[in-house]
Amino acid sequence: MFKIIKKEILNPTVTLMKIEAPLIAKNAKAGQFVILRVSSDGERIPLTIADYDNNTITIIFQIVGATTYKLNQLNENDTILDVVGPLGNPTNTKDYKKVIVIGGGVGCAIAYPVAKQFHLEKSNVTSIIGFRNKDLIILENEFKQVSNQFYILTDDGSYNKKGFVTNQLEELLKQDSSYDLVIAIGPLVMMKAVCNLTKIYNVKTIVSMNSIMIDGTGMCGCCRLTVDGKTRFACIDGPDFDGHSIDFDEAIERSKMYHSIERNAYDHVCNLLKEEKKNV
Amino acid sequence: MFNPSKEKTYMPVQDANVRNKNFDEVSLGYDCNSAINEANRCLNCKNTPCVSGCPVGVKIPDFIGKIKEGKFEEAYEIINNTNTLAAICGRVCPQENQCEKNCVRAKNGEAVAIGRLERFVADFHLNNSSDDNIKKVASKNQKVAVIGSGPAGLSCASELAKRGYQVTIFEALHLAGGVLVYGIPEFRLPKSIVQKQIDHLISLGVEIKTNVVIGKTITIEELKNTYNYKAIFIASGAGLPRFMNIENENANGVYSANEYLTRINLMKAYKETSDTPIVKANKVAVVGGGNVAMDAARCAKRMGAKEVYIIYRRSKEEMPARQEEVEHALEEGIEFKFLTNPISIGKDSNNFVNKIRCVKMKLGEPDASNRRSPIVIENSEFDIEVDCVIMAIGTSPNPLIRNSLSDLKVEKWGGIIVDEETNATSIESIYAGGDAVTGSATVILAMGAGKKAADSIDKYLSLKK
Repeated sequence: MFKIIKKEILNPTVTLMKIEAPLIAKNAKAGQFVILRVSSDGERIPLTIADYDNNTITIIFQIVGATTYKLNQLNENDTILDVVGPLGNPTNTKDYKKVIVIGGGVGCAIAYPVAKQFHLEKSNVTSIIGFRNKDLIILENEFKQVSNQFYILTDDGSYNKKGFVTNQLEELLKQDSSYDLVIAIGPLVMMKAVCNLTKIYNVKTIVSMNSIMIDGTGMCGCCRLTVDGKTRFACIDGPDFDGHSIDFDEAIERSKMYHSIERNAYDHVCNLLKEEKKNV
Repeated sequence: MFNPSKEKTYMPVQDANVRNKNFDEVSLGYDCNSAINEANRCLNCKNTPCVSGCPVGVKIPDFIGKIKEGKFEEAYEIINNTNTLAAICGRVCPQENQCEKNCVRAKNGEAVAIGRLERFVADFHLNNSSDDNIKKVASKNQKVAVIGSGPAGLSCASELAKRGYQVTIFEALHLAGGVLVYGIPEFRLPKSIVQKQIDHLISLGVEIKTNVVIGKTITIEELKNTYNYKAIFIASGAGLPRFMNIENENANGVYSANEYLTRINLMKAYKETSDTPIVKANKVAVVGGGNVAMDAARCAKRMGAKEVYIIYRRSKEEMPARQEEVEHALEEGIEFKFLTNPISIGKDSNNFVNKIRCVKMKLGEPDASNRRSPIVIENSEFDIEVDCVIMAIGTSPNPLIRNSLSDLKVEKWGGIIVDEETNATSIESIYAGGDAVTGSATVILAMGAGKKAADSIDKYLSLKK
């Protein structure tokens, strides 16, 4: 059992939890993830490690399905049934001097530890983070602290500059050809758009694939994707991949595999919990 | 009194049309009378051909002799001396290729039902004894780490615990049992039986740590240096699923058997209470001819599929699956497409699978596996309409440990290289066995390897003291 040390509501749909997990914390590195399970007979879901110290790991999750809904019902001092990790390969933050880190929406939770690691390794970090609107903004100050240049955009212009992260990216790439890496983490469509752009400017681009997973150790193959025409597993071969080699269209379709089932499960769980509250 | 019947004593099963809609165990097992009746078919041959067919050398005529006398607990003790997972092996061993294959009674009629008798004896023991009476063996102060809680890990841990070592099993999933809990379905191997075997291990003093991935959560170096384990047994299995590399294999609704079975068995997708999503398909094609293919097909049927096909490129004779499973699958309405091989998968505009394109095959000369190799018949393409495809064409050893341990010598295909006599790897104090070494094989072979490694670890640590 894993105790929740701290819970913070970052915005109406995104929650941060700091969890006591000394074994995982000890070997965790930026870019890695955990798999957790909230209840017996429950689903196993992957979540990226957003931060870690000697004793704890931090996760940031969006409430999208039955499991994240149940997870969000837990409070400080409650325990999470199962947490396993750190899984996947850490992001390579060693070999680059000037990088652009792009975070989209809740993907910022994954992009932040990567930006922080680059910062600690003395790289020049430019961060571009984007959100649909002002209410959904997370980690703004955290990003500022680890970035040499910092840009924040909203799709609707309700906070700061209006536009997509790709608008800002293109502006930067036009002016300056000395970036040696772009890392993009966010919705698949955003990562695809970033890759299409960086291909034109010929800048190496790494993306983090947050596929559907069960075990996270290479056993089930449900996180598979096509990279350079070959089938790879996000859990053990990734989650980071060369964005210019990924078949994004396939990945986007695969991410929708359980959409309708999940929607039903989510509604079901919400209704059950509402019933319970009524009856208490 | 000798029973001259040429046929095995009948073991009751759930009716095929009832059981193909539930996940309860298919076979119901012998009662005392039918067990004694079947035991009386055994000739008690002096040269014990059955024993030589058993990978772990269970003293078969001896335990059957005790059944004849009605001394079931004594029969259990005889099996347990060589096989600590009898309730499991009685259910999942391919007896027809092992002990029963050599049975003298099989020369004129059916072999003695050794598997059913083993199962009866083990179940009798589980139902009539309690672990409370077990004396924990005085502990040696040497610690041994076992990586993986499948059959190889469980048997190695059990042997070492009996000899007084402090044993910890590390399991990556949230539940111990390995393939016994994520792979083999409830209707073939009830999880309560696996749990009883694991509880028994715990009563022997074995510690089980779930949610720990060795190579990630804890490295092998840390096991040795930080946690002071004096020997390590790698039993991480062959969990990496293979795919065919055919067109649209990544379409939605195409599963590896591992994923499909894990969602159902480990994550209980068949229960109303489970949050685990799974595609509810009407027409399912399972590709492969082993036990895993049978399990996947029979699960699909139980999940409500109207038509379930098993697509296998050779004929019925070459199928590696246990005979009983093939028969049960047929009875449950699974349709076999023998001498058929998929060449591509079709999908609709939403990326969901809608058909599988196959070719007809014929059998040629025997190949390296001594089975006649399948050859494509030209212009024999045809489509089968399906909304789910399950690939059950084998698995490779899990790469996580070898990737984190560069000195570990492995085969090109990923199997860990070990000394055949001792199961020692290329690194001192590290041993390996089971599917991690052999690639996907049987429960009993993995168990045998676990036992052998336990012997070697015992010798190694005794010398080091």
